[in-house]
Amino acid sequence: MRYSLLALARHALRGNRDWQPVWRDAEPRKHYDVIIVGGGGHGLATAYYLASRHGVRNVAVLEKGWIGSGNAGRNTTIIRSNYLLPGNEPFYEWSMKLWEGLEQDLNYNTMVSQRGVLNLYHSDAQRDAFARRGNAMRLAGADAEMLDADAVRRMLPLLDFDNARFPILGGLLQRRGGTARHDAVVWGYARGASDRGVDIIQNCEVTGFQRDGDRITGVETTRGAIGAGKVGLAVAGSSSRVAVLAGLRLPIESHVLQAFVSEAIKPFVDGVVTFGAGHFYISQSDKGGLVFGGDIDGYNSYAQRGNLPMVEDVCESGMALMPAIGRLRLLRSWGGLMDMSMDGSPIIDHTPLDGLYLNAGWCYGGFKATPASGWCFAHLLARDEPHPVAASYRLDRFETGHLIDEKGQGAQPNLH
Amino acid sequence: MRIPCPYCGERDFSEFVYHGDPAARPDPAAPDAPRRFYEAVYLRDNPAGRHEELWYHAHGCRSWLRVTRDTRTHEIFGAAFASKGVA
Repeated sequence: MRYSLLALARHALRGNRDWQPVWRDAEPRKHYDVIIVGGGGHGLATAYYLASRHGVRNVAVLEKGWIGSGNAGRNTTIIRSNYLLPGNEPFYEWSMKLWEGLEQDLNYNTMVSQRGVLNLYHSDAQRDAFARRGNAMRLAGADAEMLDADAVRRMLPLLDFDNARFPILGGLLQRRGGTARHDAVVWGYARGASDRGVDIIQNCEVTGFQRDGDRITGVETTRGAIGAGKVGLAVAGSSSRVAVLAGLRLPIESHVLQAFVSEAIKPFVDGVVTFGAGHFYISQSDKGGLVFGGDIDGYNSYAQRGNLPMVEDVCESGMALMPAIGRLRLLRSWGGLMDMSMDGSPIIDHTPLDGLYLNAGWCYGGFKATPASGWCFAHLLARDEPHPVAASYRLDRFETGHLIDEKGQGAQPNLH
Repeated sequence: MRIPCPYCGERDFSEFVYHGDPAARPDPAAPDAPRRFYEAVYLRDNPAGRHEELWYHAHGCRSWLRVTRDTRTHEIFGAAFASKGVA
């Protein structure tokens, strides 16, 4: 069924009694052409683009819990394409373009809101670095504007501009960036995939792989064995745990990242703002809560909850940027598992095992990448060759030296 | 989370710097040294459960410690000076 104003009116007149489920909760079959492990945004987007763009419809998405219960529901919903390096920027800009057409493509309201992403700078050196990044963005077809302090002051009068240590000198603005509704993204892709014949199978945890020599021929799950022509892993946060079932060690550590939402207040921040002198990013949800986050906790963790010193650190950064939020109370906080790769950039590639493909290493930038990640992973699975904008995301780049180290931190995953 | 430093006693983890996987430096003269360095630098054990890791007591005795911790619960099973057995 297509959603439209007419359909809405028709259902309203009938008392909204006959809405159909948005997607099918399927039972596993014996064999699929492609199995996607992981029913988050990336896995479901992959299935959707396999079915809609490559005609591969005999596909299953296996999810150990319920769809969208992992990092798809544990992020701060920011979308942007403000990267520097040539390995990254075309990919994220492609993602941004897919976001811009996503609602029409899916016929589903994913609440994409291009309210702007503003990165503040606080020193001359940082201004120069941001100017360089803005130029790199524009070379890749994205939009970027340098703002001076007066222009920022007109947008956000309540920031602490004259802070003695971190005066706000201006910002790099991407007006096309913004936020999207995370649950709607998951359900929109699930609906689009399910309508095209993809089986979405929940409560189905992969416990092992079936193999024939160096070829993966299927998976063992808590709901029985399922054969497959190809298996794609899209389980960021738990990539190492699943890969080790196939005997692979990955250049990844799992870390916990916390995020927070305050009580609802009147409109205060109308876009996404990041603090350049600490690590802090904030936006305001449509319900009025301030949604914000900062650094990862910094040590390997599968706990999906964080520690108190990082709560203090994030709130200190927030207070340094906008002291006006000091009286606000925190409503909720949560933690998600980040696939921290060794250079801070993702992996979309074959594995050394035939028939096993990897989509991993999203660090804490996975949400904005959801459409392009699915698009490029589907391309790889369907055609056995990388999509041009994701061609740098190779698994062997750490061995060959072709790192994509946006932050220049080296093999220290907790610093990316 | 509190780490039992063998020198200073039990201290809050915010006194420490995390270094993670305690991979030993491979022999640079080995014939397959590039491969071994790649494995030591980039490939990590990343278990959900008991994990061996290095912590540096930056705001304390400045010792490197080898800590065993559960990555699901943050329970710490023990901490010892790392200087023996780690190159």
